[in-house]
Amino acid sequence: MPTFDYAPAPESRAVLTLQPSYGLFIGGDFVEPTSGTAMATIEPATEQVLAEVAVADESDVDRAVRAARRAYQRTWSRLSGSERGKYLYRIARILQERSREFAVLESLDNGKPIKESRDVDVPLAAAHFFYHAGWADKLEWAGHGPDPRPLGVAAQVIPWNFPLLMLAWKIAPALACGNTVVLKPAETTPLTALLFADVCRQAELPPGVVNIITGAGETGAALISHPEVDKVAFTGSTEVGRQIARTVAGSRKKVTLELGGKAANIVFDDAPIDQAVEGIVNGIYFNQGHVCCAGSRLLVQESVAEEVIARLRHRMSTLRVGDPLDKNTDVGAINSAAQLARITELSAAGEAEGAQRWSAPCPLPEKGFWFSPTVFTGVAPAHRIAREEIFGPVLSVLTFRTPSEAVARANNTPYGLSAGIWTEKGSRILWMADRLRAGVIWANTFNRFDPTSPFGGYRESGYGREGGRHGLAAYLKGIAL
Amino acid sequence: MADRGALGRGALGRRARVRYRTEHGGFVGRRGPLDNPTNGGASYTRRMSLAVPSPGAVTTEVVLDRARELVAARRLDDAALRRWVHGLPGVDEVGADARAAALSTRSIKAASKAWALDLAVRMVDLTTLEGADTPGTVRTLCAKGLRPDPDDPACPPVAAICVYNDLVGVAREALGDSGIQVAAVTTAFPSGRASLAVKLADTTDAVLAGADEVDMVIDRGAFLSGRYAQVFEQIVAVREVCQQGVAAFGRPAHLKVILETGELAGYDQVRRASWLAMLAGADFIKTSTGKVSPAATLPVTLIMLEAVRDWFALTGEVIGVKPAGGIRTAKDALRHLVTVHETAGPDWLDPARFRFGASSLLNDLLRQRRRLRTGVYAGADYLTAS
Repeated sequence: MPTFDYAPAPESRAVLTLQPSYGLFIGGDFVEPTSGTAMATIEPATEQVLAEVAVADESDVDRAVRAARRAYQRTWSRLSGSERGKYLYRIARILQERSREFAVLESLDNGKPIKESRDVDVPLAAAHFFYHAGWADKLEWAGHGPDPRPLGVAAQVIPWNFPLLMLAWKIAPALACGNTVVLKPAETTPLTALLFADVCRQAELPPGVVNIITGAGETGAALISHPEVDKVAFTGSTEVGRQIARTVAGSRKKVTLELGGKAANIVFDDAPIDQAVEGIVNGIYFNQGHVCCAGSRLLVQESVAEEVIARLRHRMSTLRVGDPLDKNTDVGAINSAAQLARITELSAAGEAEGAQRWSAPCPLPEKGFWFSPTVFTGVAPAHRIAREEIFGPVLSVLTFRTPSEAVARANNTPYGLSAGIWTEKGSRILWMADRLRAGVIWANTFNRFDPTSPFGGYRESGYGREGGRHGLAAYLKGIAL
Repeated sequence: MADRGALGRGALGRRARVRYRTEHGGFVGRRGPLDNPTNGGASYTRRMSLAVPSPGAVTTEVVLDRARELVAARRLDDAALRRWVHGLPGVDEVGADARAAALSTRSIKAASKAWALDLAVRMVDLTTLEGADTPGTVRTLCAKGLRPDPDDPACPPVAAICVYNDLVGVAREALGDSGIQVAAVTTAFPSGRASLAVKLADTTDAVLAGADEVDMVIDRGAFLSGRYAQVFEQIVAVREVCQQGVAAFGRPAHLKVILETGELAGYDQVRRASWLAMLAGADFIKTSTGKVSPAATLPVTLIMLEAVRDWFALTGEVIGVKPAGGIRTAKDALRHLVTVHETAGPDWLDPARFRFGASSLLNDLLRQRRRLRTGVYAGADYLTAS
């Protein structure tokens, strides 16, 4: 009997025109870096170079921060809220108009499947600009005091897992509140941010309101420690978050950190099983598991554990791993060789510590960075794979017997970003949500994002909120986070 | 049949248990109370397959025995059946809709598309269920079903012609020994509001007139008011009438049970009705009559495919699924095939296990087939009206 193997359905790259090299976007223009050095950004699915980008040093950072300061003082802070809102609406509409271009570029540079960049990343990024455009002239009614004032220049450092979406989470509220920004995208995924610079020019945003500088860790460190910076916003690893907190300690800079997580996805025996399995898959294999709020620990009630795991494996065997630009790809490429090495190392540790490993039987391409969706059963809370953030498509399954035990196991982590609860019993959802220590709790769903909903964690997952009314506080004067 | 031992309280019923068949990728081993280790451990699947060579030839007694085993009750009354169908895991509506929407984004191209379009043609139950139907319109439809695209000899015929039962003889004669099945809607279709005696007489008529397949409707009123035993018994009784086909034609009529999901109010109810119909011995479960809106939707088909997948895991018995009504475009048909493929598995991509109840769908399938072959869309006048 013939099989229904969907033929290749690649999204066209023709919508996209990439330059061989990019400078720094400072003061409304692309400029050459002082040092003249550059780094390559590659396509993780093929390991081919996509473009060269500039490496900004301290003097470039200084130029960018001065440009932002100038724009803040001369134009942006003097504009009315409704005028700022117009620019944000314009940016949102241009993002929608150029959505295919952004989706293709995001999948190329990051490795994520086109169906996610097309259906999640880019639409959500546009939604964040639309949402915050609406706030720009209504800040007095946001509950943050009668006369909310901007902070000044925001230094923003974002990760590689959702390059454009994290840019939107950072830039949209900053601009809506009247701040100007210097943003540094991650070194492996700078291209959509540089394309966004073009959107700023297209929207005729006043020069210097948005500055985008590229580079690695040193560039980011120079940016956040610059004395003229009023606000630091960072999304990334807990380790780097700690360094940033140390760097800015004692200064007047306001800080928000959105760091790692080791979320528990908790499935009770009365859960809608088929949808719970979908939620588990979406929780950990969405974006190759490169998600800070990923449901990387499955806590399943013992009475249904075997059944849930059997169904999960069956579902995982239908996942399609491969070319990120193919519209039928469910799981794309791991973003970098370094990240693949970390996932491989932690998975090996899982096996060495005695957990049982099962990987979906899917063929992997030869070139590029790939990792089969993997699930570990028989995981003990003491295992490294149950404690450390893997940031890859690797799920650890633990079991529990009672709701109290589920709470205890879910909270047994230094992180506190997100959690999921699966049960048909509404009262139990509320009981659990009261006790789970996580900034975001999903009930009968997972990994759902909306600009109206505040997102963020506590404990080692950071502090501050992004999105919603709460997210505005991070960019306004005199408001405790 | 590896790994038959995984036990645990199955979510699909208080007593159900699950096993898993790895080489197939499907579920195999939901077990009834009779084959747990405490009463001998005999595999239910094996017992059934020894006792009955084909699902159609199972006697009513076997169906009732099996039902009593699965439900774990001596009397199959409302209380016992309620306990059983309400023991099924719930369906989260938002999640089910999201899954169906995600499956709809699959992009089927080139050779896969050509193969799927041909398969979809072979799965069509070409249907006319109008008060104005005449022997002439039915003969026209049969001719269309035999050679859907007269210009293309490679175009396969449809699976069946579906008519009201007084026109079964006409269709039977027109189709001859072509292999195309004749399906008749019975049991006071579409409302099902008639006495059991009338429903059985209706079905007898169809079977004796030569219908290969009987599409019955369940009593939605009884189902919604919790009279599950009545729904169950009616299906069993109609099924018994279908067995008269053995004496008359050497094969039982295939029984498709229409749930009319548009009237059931919710996905939990769709799942419960599916399981009740399978328990009563349905060969196929079918979404709709086509006379009620909404008819077939992708999430409803998805839930019914999950039901037949899990039923196969429990009993080893294969049940078919037929979405009917509302599927008008090839694109929609391909989305259903993707859902079949990724839910019940590739084995269900077969006209014996999956059908489309449709009329206008066929011409859109033919239009897309032609476009693949010629590169251009044919106008409506290049395809035959039915």
